[in-house]
Amino acid sequence: MSDLLTLSGVHTHIGRYHILHGVDFVVPAGQTTMLLGRNGAGKTSTLRTIMGLWQASAGEISLAGEHIEHLATPDIARRGIGYVPESMAVFSDLSVKENLVLAARDGPLDDKRLDWIFGFFPALRRFWLSRAGSLSGGQKQMLSIARAIAEPRKLLLIDEPTKGLAPAIVMALIECLAEIKRGGATILLVEQNFHAARQLGDTVAVMDNGRIVHRGAMSALAADVALQERLLGLSLEAHQ
Amino acid sequence: MTELAASERLPEPKRDILPLLLPVILALLMLPLIGSPSSWITLTVASLAMGMMIFIMASGLTLVFGLMDVLNFGHGAFISVGAYVATLVLLPLAATGQVDSLWLNLAALVPAILLSMAASAALGLLVERVLILPVYGLHLKQILMTMGGLIVTEQALYALWGPQIIPLPLPASLRGSFIFGDVAISKYRVAAALLGLVIFIAIQLILNRTKLGLLIRAGVENREMVEALGYRIRRLFLGVFMAGSALAGLGGIMWALYREQVHASMGSDLTVLVFIVVIIGGLGSIGGCFIGALLVAMVANYGGFLVPKLALVSNILLMVAILMWRPRGLYAVTSR
Repeated sequence: MSDLLTLSGVHTHIGRYHILHGVDFVVPAGQTTMLLGRNGAGKTSTLRTIMGLWQASAGEISLAGEHIEHLATPDIARRGIGYVPESMAVFSDLSVKENLVLAARDGPLDDKRLDWIFGFFPALRRFWLSRAGSLSGGQKQMLSIARAIAEPRKLLLIDEPTKGLAPAIVMALIECLAEIKRGGATILLVEQNFHAARQLGDTVAVMDNGRIVHRGAMSALAADVALQERLLGLSLEAHQ
Repeated sequence: MTELAASERLPEPKRDILPLLLPVILALLMLPLIGSPSSWITLTVASLAMGMMIFIMASGLTLVFGLMDVLNFGHGAFISVGAYVATLVLLPLAATGQVDSLWLNLAALVPAILLSMAASAALGLLVERVLILPVYGLHLKQILMTMGGLIVTEQALYALWGPQIIPLPLPASLRGSFIFGDVAISKYRVAAALLGLVIFIAIQLILNRTKLGLLIRAGVENREMVEALGYRIRRLFLGVFMAGSALAGLGGIMWALYREQVHASMGSDLTVLVFIVVIIGGLGSIGGCFIGALLVAMVANYGGFLVPKLALVSNILLMVAILMWRPRGLYAVTSR
């Protein structure tokens, strides 16, 4: 299996703060890679650096063999990356429809694809013409994910999609992501929820203090409680 | 694309119409204070005309503010340049302007307006590339750069046209008034108010009905996410900046014809007014800008009639009052 995304020795500075200290990991094509770690470990910063929202100060990021670390955010996005930020960032003043119209940057929304998305997120069909700002937290998260998959993308970067959502919605969201994954998508997923991580992850990278401290198969980490304690401070089981 | 006619809708948050009613309430309150209905009508029409001209000048600035957080203190330069460039067409054609034929007058006015808007847009392109591009994200430097640009433009106008005030007579068909009983309503004011309204509606249609407009609205709310969706917002911003500059140029000609004169400092005089409007309206909000412009014009006209001495501070007082009521302006769009 080839690697779709490769980060090697990526450093990121924000002002005088050194946030990422040489991040190395790969996202194999067709798989879901989990990026785990404590709060403040640098997971969100890593995704932002891949998107070019923060410029890497050193190191290389390549997508399907092409270096993207020097590109501007819109050009990185146009290489085929869909991004779901931690804040969801739906355009609250725009309707659900308008949010998705913008997500389809290469032309009009495709009906078939829209039906496929509505299959995951029926609420979006129901609230098609409503202001995105009036959706619930879970529905906003669905819209944010729908926006990332409104057109086929090579790679999805998804930042803590289950954060702050009610357990029932979390279950539904995990189902959706699993379905998207079965569709052959390559996903880099930041997730604190162990249940989600174990169900969705093929491989895992664990971060601490702006570095990758562990890489391996998700199943191996899920089976090794001592390793979880060491890497994440508490066992992943405790996250359930 | 799928249109879902039977789509359920969430309970929408109540439309915030209080700011919308504000100009109406203000106008009605002034009626007993002013006493004479004919003076009230004259002042109200004057407010509408002045308000629409200020709106045209301010509309571009508010989008530029909202979209890229750029403080353009040089917006007035586009106003003056628009007015001066119009004299290039209108003065040589002054003779046709004096003929009382709407078509002949328009034959001079329309090219003048198009040329002015083109010149202001071109200046906008230059200002964005040369003055603003190097200082994105740096407010203090933006203020210094754009104010510097305004001063340079003003001096260049003095150098090219001389320091004197240039009289710019209104074309004959726009002069005079419609008379209803003892009420006289100036034709030009009606025309200016109508043109302003048309432009307001056009901007609203573009913002709400086109993908370009959606992008602008989305960009005002969260430009980072617009970029992450793959849109080059800098290019969009340049387009908005140029369109805003062209509108400021149009506002400049309208203002010059209103005052029937052109002078180089008109831009910097109007900049203060335009900024007050943008702040009152809420940065980035076209609707807020529209109402803000009406309020500023009403306060200037009614205030000038009732308490002439207040005229100098009335706009600042209005801004203070509005910001005490709504600290982020009438319609807050951005989170900034």
